[in-house]
Amino acid sequence: MKQMKIFAAPYLVWMVVFILVPLLMVGYFALTNDEGQLTIQYVSDVGQYANIFVRSIWLALIATVICLVMAYPLAFILSRMDKHKQGTMLLIVMLPMWMNFLLRTYAWMTLLGNNGIINYLFSLVGMGPFKLINTSGAVVLGMVYNYLPFMILPLYSVMVKIDKSVIEAATDLGCNFWNTLFRVIVPLSVPGITSGITMVFVPAISTFIISRMLGGGSNLLIGDLIEMQFLGNAYNPHLGAAISLVLMVIILLIMTVMNQFSPDDQVLI
Amino acid sequence: MKQNWLSLLCIPVLLLGLLTGCAAEPVEEAEESESAAQTLSVSDPNYYTRFKDAGISINVYNWGEYISTGADEGTLNVNEEFTKLTGIKVNYTNYSTNEELYAKLKGGGATYDIIIPSDYMISKMIKEGMVQKLNFENIPNFGYIMDNFRNLAYDSENAYSVPYTWGTVGIIYDETVIDRNPEDIDWDILWDETYLDQILMFDNPRDAFMIAESMLGYSINTENPDELKLCAEKLKEQKRVVQAYVMDEIFDKMGAGDALIAPYYAGDALTIMAENDSLNFVVPASGTNLFVDAMCIPTCAKQKEAAEMYINFMCEPDIAFANIDYICYSTPHSAAFEMLSEDVQNDPVSYPDSEFIAERTTVFVNLSNEANQMMQDLWTEMKSAEEETVNKWLAPVFLVVCLVMIIVILIRRYIKSKKDIF
Amino acid sequence: MKKLANLYLVLVMLFLYVPIFVLIVFSFNESKSRSVFSGFTLDWYVRLFNNDIIISSLINTIIIAILTSVISTILGTLAAIGINSMRKLPKAVIMNITNMPIINPEIVTGVSLMLLFVFFAARMHLEFGFVTLLLAHITFDVPYVILNIMPKFKQMDPHLCEAAQDLGCSPFQAFKKVVLPEIMPGIVSGFLIAFTYSLDDFVISYFTSGSTSQTLPITIYSMTRRKISPEINALSTLIFLVVVIVLIVKNIIETRAAKKNGTYKGA
Repeated sequence: MKQMKIFAAPYLVWMVVFILVPLLMVGYFALTNDEGQLTIQYVSDVGQYANIFVRSIWLALIATVICLVMAYPLAFILSRMDKHKQGTMLLIVMLPMWMNFLLRTYAWMTLLGNNGIINYLFSLVGMGPFKLINTSGAVVLGMVYNYLPFMILPLYSVMVKIDKSVIEAATDLGCNFWNTLFRVIVPLSVPGITSGITMVFVPAISTFIISRMLGGGSNLLIGDLIEMQFLGNAYNPHLGAAISLVLMVIILLIMTVMNQFSPDDQVLI
Repeated sequence: MKQNWLSLLCIPVLLLGLLTGCAAEPVEEAEESESAAQTLSVSDPNYYTRFKDAGISINVYNWGEYISTGADEGTLNVNEEFTKLTGIKVNYTNYSTNEELYAKLKGGGATYDIIIPSDYMISKMIKEGMVQKLNFENIPNFGYIMDNFRNLAYDSENAYSVPYTWGTVGIIYDETVIDRNPEDIDWDILWDETYLDQILMFDNPRDAFMIAESMLGYSINTENPDELKLCAEKLKEQKRVVQAYVMDEIFDKMGAGDALIAPYYAGDALTIMAENDSLNFVVPASGTNLFVDAMCIPTCAKQKEAAEMYINFMCEPDIAFANIDYICYSTPHSAAFEMLSEDVQNDPVSYPDSEFIAERTTVFVNLSNEANQMMQDLWTEMKSAEEETVNKWLAPVFLVVCLVMIIVILIRRYIKSKKDIF
Repeated sequence: MKKLANLYLVLVMLFLYVPIFVLIVFSFNESKSRSVFSGFTLDWYVRLFNNDIIISSLINTIIIAILTSVISTILGTLAAIGINSMRKLPKAVIMNITNMPIINPEIVTGVSLMLLFVFFAARMHLEFGFVTLLLAHITFDVPYVILNIMPKFKQMDPHLCEAAQDLGCSPFQAFKKVVLPEIMPGIVSGFLIAFTYSLDDFVISYFTSGSTSQTLPITIYSMTRRKISPEINALSTLIFLVVVIVLIVKNIIETRAAKKNGTYKGA
């Protein structure tokens, strides 16, 4: 089997050129200026935008928690259904995810607008109009709507493995509903929870589309800030690279924390 | 992972969709070309056929909604006509601010053959060697450009650019709700608490600062750091009442009545007003920006001659008229101007008299790099500012907490694994 | 409890589907209004099919998705075979790097590739457009292919291959007849994931696309930023329809397969 190693060669070249080198280039750009001299100016400039980082982390955190709270019962209900029903129901739950996420976000744009259908319905009963779009609430809503399936799927795949008899045993041994939940089901579904959290949190913290489409340009997130430096109004790739670097570090930290909870040893760091 | 079976099935269905799409197309095209053949005449057909069978394509990078696309009935699809006439394929993409265009070009990856930046951006690009001199022998239709739009300050020898449109910036507002004498409406209405969350604002620093500068009575080309800072303060004050920072979205939001007031370019404002009767447009008395957008060829262009052909094509009277008629901006093209209806020619919004222009408008000039950088920094700071101040130590503290947690967990694991061994 | 569960299901379904159904309903709306339905029309669909930009970007997207998934499946399968026969340390290092594009936020991957392509563009004649899009898509797709195939090796009995060779197979035959069938499900699902991800990707394409080649998501994005026309609603409806049909067909095929397996096992 040893000679098989050679098969990996093309990929190794690819990996070095298109995964490693680009990431190193982000680091290089973050630490140099236009003349190519080493500087930490840009990395320290990132400190100016601490409030954007705080807001991004905060909004992503809220969205993640809401996703978890919404997805947990749903995944549980799904996993306890009849086997043949399960497949269909899961399909129905996951179906919206197959639409392009720009279109899904656009759908909320039309719903939440000042002249959108929600405000129209309110106006029929003589209320409103309320300011729904262009708020941080709308951004969180967009995150929840787009990333909810990322939470449901890992939770479901863990829960479906929990044997019915385990739960029955717990009830037979005198556990009430809450006890069963917190002493049996939750501990058994920890791997699903951690991977769900990372799968929602990472895209939520770095999005720039949702905040642009639903946040009205005044709810900047880290993603917007990076995008602005490369393709937007404030052209400064060095600063953009520095922000990307800090974002990567934050996410690596969070991943490490999350990975400590999962028993799998095949994880990063 | 099985659920991904479905994507394979996507292909035939998508292809089916494609086929129906293609099947529907030729019919339409035939009709269009017929109507086009009747209307379109160019000055020198031989000129355009030089590249007929060379199979080349040019990349055009233009503002959104800035060309006649044939989307509405009876209008010309300019790019398609160009391809039909010359055999040159047009790859057409959009940007929404001058700064976006600059970033995309400066980044270096993309090659464009035609760009249409505004005045100050043109002079910046000339200074940085990002656009190249045109060969005016290939652009005989430059003769149609009015004298007062030649040799403007941004390109004083007129070597790099051919003016495409011009116009002013003003305020578009819903006059059914804002019942005021148009003469009384000035930039400060964009700060008016009465219209909380009904106000839109430009999402690019140069235009936004222009508004603050005009209000505070500074030159819109000021490089004075103190003045810029005061403007940033002013813009920060405004943040509370602003519904959203947008560019081309203004079309949609004003047209649909999602907002009541927005600053916008005169031409686009007229387009929106054509769709929504309750809107009105006014150029504030405290002064505004007069812009000229001109066609240029970037240094990275691969098809310079074909690009010049495109510029010349855009200056064909019929084409220039089709564009101007569709986008409603003001034209520097004498023949196209003649073709406009008298109403439009005399419209004070599109074609204000010279006295008005001298009194109320200023043209942007390129700022120094320092001033530009400062404006951008102030702008990002303004946009990222919270209403309530956030403790700036939160982020570092968060990182430290994360680190501590990791260390604690790792130590715990380590101790645990030691125990397991013994 | 059962009732409560059902109620909850219904509520979540409403949350998931109401926005999409509103989009669909308003794709048939005569006026451009997004709150009042004024009359039925199919105009927006006609316009959609006559919109060159959308059609050409759809074609682009499909071409790129097909090329990407084929190339990344080949590259990924070879890589998985190679990595599998490596020792522990190099294996762990390579797998960790392979994971990078998956755990990194898309925007960081996009930006890093953009910086790389800019670097290349300045030195060689690389133009942003089709080629860069393809390279970027392959880069973020290969890791998914590898991650889909690797577990199959774990499930496989490592002695199978040796047994085949003992029974007279050449190494190549042993690979073809024993290993390949074992990892085939992984290859297929890797291919499909690569295909769908490539179809759907926006962020990375946004940073790596250029003047010539646009994908459908990028076109959708620029459509939502300008004069919004109900053509978008029409497009959404069509995409939704395609998804629904595909999912139903897939479900039918799977149930049939399951039934067959069931009878087979029973017999």
